[in-house]
Amino acid sequence: MLSMTALIILILTVAGFFMARNRAVILGGETPALLHSRPVYHGGYVCARTAIAGFGVLIVGLILSNIAIRWALYSGLPGGLSEIERDLLVSDGVALASGALASRTDEARQAVATLYGYLSTIQVWGLALLSVCIAALVLARSLGQVAIPFRARNRFERIVQVMLIVSSAIAVLTTIGIVASLLGQTLVFFSDIPVWKFLFGTLWSPLSGVHDGTMDPEKVGAIPLFAGTVLITVIAMVVAVPVGLFSAIYLSDFASARARSIIKPMLEILAGIPTVVYGFFAAITVAPFLRDTGAAMGLSVSSESALAAGVVMGIMIIPFISSLSDDVINAVPQSLRDGSYGLGATKAETIRNVILPAALPGIMSAVLLGVSRAIGETMIVVMAAGQGANLTANPLEAVTTVTVQIVALITGDTEASTAAGPAFALGFTLFCITLIFNIWALRLVRKYREVYD
Amino acid sequence: MNTSDAIKFRCEGVNVWYGDTHAIKDNDIDIHDKSVTAFIGPSGCGKSTFLRCLNRMNDTIDICRVTGSLLLDGNDIYSRDIDPVQLRARVGMVFQKPNPFPKSIYDNVAYGPRIHGLARNKAELDTLVEESLSAAGLWDEVKDRLAAPGTGLSGGQQQRLCIARAIATKPEVLLMDEPCSALDPIATETVEELISGLGERYCVVIVTHSMQQANRISQRTAFFHLGNLVEYDTTNAIFSTPKDDRTVGYVSGRFG
Repeated sequence: MLSMTALIILILTVAGFFMARNRAVILGGETPALLHSRPVYHGGYVCARTAIAGFGVLIVGLILSNIAIRWALYSGLPGGLSEIERDLLVSDGVALASGALASRTDEARQAVATLYGYLSTIQVWGLALLSVCIAALVLARSLGQVAIPFRARNRFERIVQVMLIVSSAIAVLTTIGIVASLLGQTLVFFSDIPVWKFLFGTLWSPLSGVHDGTMDPEKVGAIPLFAGTVLITVIAMVVAVPVGLFSAIYLSDFASARARSIIKPMLEILAGIPTVVYGFFAAITVAPFLRDTGAAMGLSVSSESALAAGVVMGIMIIPFISSLSDDVINAVPQSLRDGSYGLGATKAETIRNVILPAALPGIMSAVLLGVSRAIGETMIVVMAAGQGANLTANPLEAVTTVTVQIVALITGDTEASTAAGPAFALGFTLFCITLIFNIWALRLVRKYREVYD
Repeated sequence: MNTSDAIKFRCEGVNVWYGDTHAIKDNDIDIHDKSVTAFIGPSGCGKSTFLRCLNRMNDTIDICRVTGSLLLDGNDIYSRDIDPVQLRARVGMVFQKPNPFPKSIYDNVAYGPRIHGLARNKAELDTLVEESLSAAGLWDEVKDRLAAPGTGLSGGQQQRLCIARAIATKPEVLLMDEPCSALDPIATETVEELISGLGERYCVVIVTHSMQQANRISQRTAFFHLGNLVEYDTTNAIFSTPKDDRTVGYVSGRFG
């Protein structure tokens, strides 16, 4: 019914556009230049007004009436029930009314179901009627506004501007919402567990310590996870930064146009490979290879190792660094290269002394982008580095990272409300670290910019 | 007029192609030491291309091909045993747009000496930097802020910094490709005075669009047209008694 309503409003909207445009065309007649706004703006204005009125009433009405219905259902319940019982009663009643299974069917639940069915019918019909009527009304009114001096263009552009503001507000508000919920859950978690036990504890096994829904503060030490994240990130950057940077230098200053036209797209294909594929490449190809090589050299390499995950993650990050650095290096003006060559510098001297320093801010941001990818990367680590929280600096052993533990907590068998606590705490800590990192990176880049631009 | 008769560059039968375009057509020119030689001519006449042959800057362009004989002090600069990198240390270049490196003023000037190992220690390098900046007439303006970025100077100061940078390498020849075309008239005047002075110590070759500039600062002038060296003589002769009709037309402002 509601989708039908939405369809009717949509039809009204489209009709409004054509009606207003035609009306403007007719008004313009032989001398369309007399119209203040081109007919299409009249159409757009009426169209936008109708859509905003119709869909606005529908959406706002839906939200408000849902609140009203819940209030009505709760206030109709018999007295003397606990909060959980009341919630259960209402949700069962709603389920019964929509023909789904309920935990029990008794008189009170039937009463709730009947009331809900009655109210929701009123809600749907009322809303449908109301929103279509208002859309039609607004359509008729704004159609009546179409006139030669009417400033439809200005008003339509104003509406578009508001739409743009709303869109950006949605992005910002969503971010704020996510951070707020992260913060809230984290604070709940830290009301049970001391912050310092979490930040500096060296034993991570949060769910094994759960007794009666509370956690053992001795077993939520996140140090092993952060150590694992740092270890794998360092290995990844050790692979990605030199390879990426050198290939960028080759591409920008040494490769012929032909070689460049082949190599650059191929490098960018690397960026298009899903991380899951990298993950099983790491787990199935690289890890066994490293284990066998290690065995041949008399080293014991575990079959899931930080090295395997880090190396493959580094390969994944190469295209980010090389592609961005290549753009930055190419953006260094030819005049600087000429100036250096003109002083008798070789190509290598020019690159080392002039081009790389000039491109440094850009290269830094490419590297930092790579680091944040490495910190946030999950799939490769899940498959290739293991799950056990193992505090070690040895890259040949299995380690785990913050992201992997969040996955394990949320997808595990433990009840979500228990597992969510440490997961949120980890997520929030990760968020803080990345934020500090980004701010620091931006400042660094800005500092270099000030000096060199 | 303070002109030297020693010949620095002896060029014979020089041809330059960019792909299929014949940019320089079989030109001969002798460039004298310790004087300023100006290349003039309308846009696209090949004067900058010819200038860039003199320190093999054209080598950095893939499709460019140079033939003929270009002798610097009697040695062919296009022969196999000449390293273009070493050549460019002897034949310095200043470009149209000031292009200081994104480094400090000091490091800009010290760039060439460091690459070529011209100073044995910090004190020598300091002296060399001071000498070069003084020779470029910039020392008094920047001596208190040598650590400031070279890109923070004004356009005219930047161009003089580029000249100081070229001098610091202790070149024998200075090539200048329209060094004043990006500068305002006052900065131009300063740089022109500087170039005139440099002509007493170096072999200076300057490409310019401004005939007044050529007239003011050069001892000899070469007029290029459509890839041909039309006329080459003392600056006085070129501007007062040009022999070729095309030179007459150009210097009198009838075309160009």
